[in-house]
Amino acid sequence: MDITSLTAVELGKKIRAKEISVAEAVKASFDQIERVERDVHSFVTIDKEGAFKRAGEIQKQIDDGSLQSPLAGVPVAVKDNMCTKDMLTTCSSKILQNFKPAYTAEAVRNLEKAGAVIIGKTNMDEFAMGSTTETSYFGATRNPWNLGHVPGGSSGGSCAAVAAEESPYALGSDTGGSIRQPSAFCGVVGIKPTYGTVSRYGLIAYGSSLDQIGPVAKDVTDCAVILEVIAGHDPKDSTSIDRNIYIHSASAETNGLKAGSPNLAGYDFTGALKEDVAGMRIGIPRDYFGEGLDAEVKEKILAAVRELEVRGAVAEEFDLSLVQYAIPAYYVIASAEASSNLARFDGVKYGCRTEEYEGLHNMYKKTRSEGFGEEVKRRIMLGSFVLSSGYYDAYYLKALRTKALIKQAFDQAFAKYDVIIAPAAPTTAPELGKSLSDPMKMYLSDIYTISVNLAGLPGISIPVGRDSKGLPVGMQIIGNCFEEHKIIRAAYTLEQTRSYERPESAGMRGEGGDR
Amino acid sequence: MANKISDETIEYVGILAKLELSGEEKEKAKADMERMLDYIDTLNELDTEGVEPMSHVFPVHNVFREDVASYKDGSTDTLANAPLKKDNSFKVPKTIG
Repeated sequence: MDITSLTAVELGKKIRAKEISVAEAVKASFDQIERVERDVHSFVTIDKEGAFKRAGEIQKQIDDGSLQSPLAGVPVAVKDNMCTKDMLTTCSSKILQNFKPAYTAEAVRNLEKAGAVIIGKTNMDEFAMGSTTETSYFGATRNPWNLGHVPGGSSGGSCAAVAAEESPYALGSDTGGSIRQPSAFCGVVGIKPTYGTVSRYGLIAYGSSLDQIGPVAKDVTDCAVILEVIAGHDPKDSTSIDRNIYIHSASAETNGLKAGSPNLAGYDFTGALKEDVAGMRIGIPRDYFGEGLDAEVKEKILAAVRELEVRGAVAEEFDLSLVQYAIPAYYVIASAEASSNLARFDGVKYGCRTEEYEGLHNMYKKTRSEGFGEEVKRRIMLGSFVLSSGYYDAYYLKALRTKALIKQAFDQAFAKYDVIIAPAAPTTAPELGKSLSDPMKMYLSDIYTISVNLAGLPGISIPVGRDSKGLPVGMQIIGNCFEEHKIIRAAYTLEQTRSYERPESAGMRGEGGDR
Repeated sequence: MANKISDETIEYVGILAKLELSGEEKEKAKADMERMLDYIDTLNELDTEGVEPMSHVFPVHNVFREDVASYKDGSTDTLANAPLKKDNSFKVPKTIG
């Protein structure tokens, strides 16, 4: 049997049915890593020894019936910005190249409690700043569909690992599109949940008001199951929201939610796995389908919308407005937060310290200048500038006001529509080495994903075919806050109309790809 | 509307950011920042008069709890990552004359 072609849920089922042992599942992942990692380079750290040890422990708990989670025994790859106790956590940065956290991130702990086996930590853009995974200190990850192209970013390692079948599923994080865009480029499914749904405790912060952890997997079912495991209210994260309480509160109503709306707005994500879009109102923002969007991407997405219409959904074009202001507002807010968040890397508490220095401030400056890459420095500088006295009002507060208007625009849209459908990115994956020379151009490629983070909304990226170069096209379905159930239902329904496509690199053993 | 970043400004931002840039890096940082700010200035087309700055999408309230220690002494674990340590403390260059 071709174990690595299974979804996480399928594999978990076979493990619980004793058709496959946990050790076999783990071995299948490492065998595949052995085959493809040299080409794809999804990982920063691979923990073979730890994974096999853990596999034995999990197997016992499954055998004695104490562990029954759908993910029990299933291997997982974790983006390298989530702390894992005693396991390297580098953020793909030189400054953290030797960092072994003293605790594990809450989302990862939730996976561990469910019996997940961590096989390694995935490559990313340094501190999640980038859209191609090329800013990693440890070198770029390649797209499993075409090794000459990028996997997207910043969760490029997680998405490539899933597409190349090195891991059945992975965790990513999304600040401006960092789960949805690489999922699109790699032909896998990824969800960025409503802000506050998954704890950020132990996620090394980039833009704290925007960061969310989410699942990356082969299908929508996996993503819903994983999200159900990692989500939950965490008192250790002050921005974590108890969805069960929030949806019944008065403040929910000011956010356009009806108090007492069905429990699907809580933590039941798998309950939304239904093939049913009858009467679902879909908004197609005209401003997302105009200039700058690749014609083939547009065609694939509109074709997918038609499939949903055939199944009873009602799609309509509308003007979302303010689209051109999302990127400038994002770069002000994210850079400002980054400049503050990354102040903690100073060569004192963890990470590297420069060799030679004179006095404390010189030590800080030299350590940081040697330890951070170009893109990270660029954003820290910009962030420091927009927060500095004299510029704070003109830039930072202006951006926060713009954010309020963008949120309003979405509120108005969701008064009319259940979901909004958009591209995940303007093009398919660009070639390696073509993006970093012009940062502004790279920033613009996040145009369809960024406003979702600014407004705290949930979004899912799902593959809808391939372009003439053979590269995957991803479609984004955006929901109102706490309405993951609608985007999951729409994505699941669409998924039933097509079969999962594997890159040749994943199936290079020559065994059939019938899944 | 083209923004011009002076040498003094880039120097000052370097101090705030705690980054030491070489002459060449400074010139590049100036050019990058000017370009980004020109782009960010497009926000000025937008009338935000009377709009409250939104730092959080949801209304956030302070979270209170009883002042009970929930952690054990983690100093050994915490110090394990210190580049330099001494007497169960982080070691840093001398800070007071």
